[in-house]
Amino acid sequence: MDLNTVWFALVGVLLTGYAILDGFDLGVGVLHLFARDEAERRIHLNAIGPVWDGNEVWLLTGGGALFAAFPVVYATVFSGFYLALMLVLVALILRAVSFEFRGKMASPAWRRTWDWAFGLSSLVATLVFGVAVGNLLRGLPFDADGNLAIGLFGLLNPYALLVGLLGVAMFLMHGATYLTLKTEGALRDRMAKLAGDLWVAYVVMFVLATLGTFVAARWVFRGPGPTVPTLACAVLLLGAEFVLPLALRDRRYGRAFLASCVAIAAQIGLAAAALYPRLVPARPDLARSLTIYNASSSPRTLTTMLVIALVGMPLVIAYTAVIYRVFRGKTVLGEHSY
Amino acid sequence: MDAVLLARIQFAITVGFHFIFPPITIGLSWLLVAMEWQGWRRNDETWARMGAFFGKLLALTFAVGVATGVVMEFQFGTNWAEYSKYVGDIFGAPLAAEGVLAFFLESGFLGLYLFGRGRISRGAHWFSSLMVAVGATISAFWIIVANSWQQTPAGFVVRNGRAELTSFAAAVFNPSTLPRYFHTVDAALVTGAFVVAGVAAWLLLRAREEALAQRALQLAVVVGLLASLAEIFPFGHFHAQQVARTQPEKFAAIEGLYASQTSAPIALFALPFTKPPQLKAAVEIPGLLSWMAFGDVNAPVKGIDEFPPENVPPLWLTFVSFHNMVVLGVYFVLAMGWGVILLVRGKLWERRRYLKLLVWSIPLPVAACELGWTAAEVGRQPWIVYGLLRTSDAASRTVPAGNILATIVLFSALYLALGALWLVLMVREVEHGPRPAQA
Repeated sequence: MDLNTVWFALVGVLLTGYAILDGFDLGVGVLHLFARDEAERRIHLNAIGPVWDGNEVWLLTGGGALFAAFPVVYATVFSGFYLALMLVLVALILRAVSFEFRGKMASPAWRRTWDWAFGLSSLVATLVFGVAVGNLLRGLPFDADGNLAIGLFGLLNPYALLVGLLGVAMFLMHGATYLTLKTEGALRDRMAKLAGDLWVAYVVMFVLATLGTFVAARWVFRGPGPTVPTLACAVLLLGAEFVLPLALRDRRYGRAFLASCVAIAAQIGLAAAALYPRLVPARPDLARSLTIYNASSSPRTLTTMLVIALVGMPLVIAYTAVIYRVFRGKTVLGEHSY
Repeated sequence: MDAVLLARIQFAITVGFHFIFPPITIGLSWLLVAMEWQGWRRNDETWARMGAFFGKLLALTFAVGVATGVVMEFQFGTNWAEYSKYVGDIFGAPLAAEGVLAFFLESGFLGLYLFGRGRISRGAHWFSSLMVAVGATISAFWIIVANSWQQTPAGFVVRNGRAELTSFAAAVFNPSTLPRYFHTVDAALVTGAFVVAGVAAWLLLRAREEALAQRALQLAVVVGLLASLAEIFPFGHFHAQQVARTQPEKFAAIEGLYASQTSAPIALFALPFTKPPQLKAAVEIPGLLSWMAFGDVNAPVKGIDEFPPENVPPLWLTFVSFHNMVVLGVYFVLAMGWGVILLVRGKLWERRRYLKLLVWSIPLPVAACELGWTAAEVGRQPWIVYGLLRTSDAASRTVPAGNILATIVLFSALYLALGALWLVLMVREVEHGPRPAQA
């Protein structure tokens, strides 16, 4: 495996880590709008309270890694998606502060406002992430200089919206499954039922998006035939999609959450395997795509960053695991809660 | 308006707003480590309650800092695509390193610190406060590395139409990294000390939680005096010497030296005018600038007239921001020094005027940070990377000016609202006071 491929995998791992971890708190962010009373809502919020901040760092680090390893992609895509990215940034800002602000005043109007800010910004961020993936798979129209300029509405084509909705269904299912681990009694039973319903929605969206890919991103299915990573991801994805509802039925919530994590990872893995070695496919002429070779940093930078990643990431994973262990179990409201 | 200018305005707004918060969190986090240490080792509830109280202020500030920091991470790509392509081989690395080596640590352990009380041992709880401070301080390192590389680029060669890394160590420890790092982190300590001192003074003025507030004030004035002394010497002094050596245009601009001369004076006070560049009503000490910059009262110092006009930074803003920062720096030493004198004489708690002064001084270190940052960044113009790439060649080519203008309006409104809410909530949190002692 060459250095560029290693970095393709590493950026993929960071973004997958983000999708799995922030995925459930984005999902919980939307779901908390449907909580029945203030106590329930606070359970939702405090279930993600100690960890959401750390989860968002995966996105920041993924962005930093993309900049360091593939600066041409970072520059071209981010400037090309200018307005869409600004929209995501507004959503991420509102999400972060509404979490912190909401509990500071007792007035119901104050709390309602931040609830909506939190729920809607979670929804917008989730949707835009999915829409971005859809546009990526569909291919992007580079100009002769290799620049991109797509308005906000240029991104909202039917296929990309379909993938966006798939993302929403996936993160909502993931969030509901996470909540089954953090809640008890009637609330947990409702979350388990909700997770099951969202699983149905997710599978339907998955089938539709796959069909959509046949139509809008045919190039994904051309090529030399399925590779080992593609097959492995497909098997894992189908397995996880199969296991999840069974685990929910058997009240094996840990297993259900694991299945949801695997489904997300495998889904991203499938998209990555289809892209490889491209990072940003060009349309209509695939030959103009940005690849891990024509968009990368120099071998010296990739090597240096690899050392930093190999030293740093095991530590990160180790203390993240410890932190999750400390906060395992059911969410109980206390003095220090949000 | 042209897109480059708008992109610069957008950048200035987003960094300027973001940079209100990190100095507070970095400085406060170290004071918190001290409070939590006392609370743990002495098994003292007052210190522990003080930690929890300031911890809440830290959490609120941290959240706004993170939220606005995310924008920074992505703005190089959105607004400065040509820059990102040209220097991405070097500039992306410290940003990624910040995430991997610092930011995970800081935010992960902040969650543990805020929610872990009672779930983890008291030693582990103190350790998590330490990791928050360490993470914040390492995070500052990588950000300063990235910015210092723009000031004094090193460890690269121009190849394949871009700057490519030749030595990571040379790029990281470029000539301005360490002087700027110590200067910035120490400024954060001053900021944190003034926040704690101001809040403690406020509690004392209202005769609330006096035992707690006295200890907090004592800690803050001692740390504040040491940090603000060190900020002038050695950190400020050595940073200025480094600028004189490595960025003579910037040095001449911030010092208001418009013509080269030997025995160059330091302007203690002056009104700068730009056309032609001159200082009016100047109060100067002859030879002092030569001595401070090069250790010799007769040393020649290059003035603005020495440099081609296309390489000269804006003169008015650099002079004014730098000099006001210095004035504030001197004020911090005097204010904290007075506090320590009162403390030694045992009169610190009842000098109401002094306590009021401390309350009103809370925002001043933040202002000094912003002024210093302005002098550093405006002084680097017209370069985005000094001597290598001009700001005018660095902006994204595909982003229309109208889009930038629209998002400037959007973000300004959002930031105004956030800033106001943050302030209101901080004040409320302080008014609410520390959690009462358990009977």
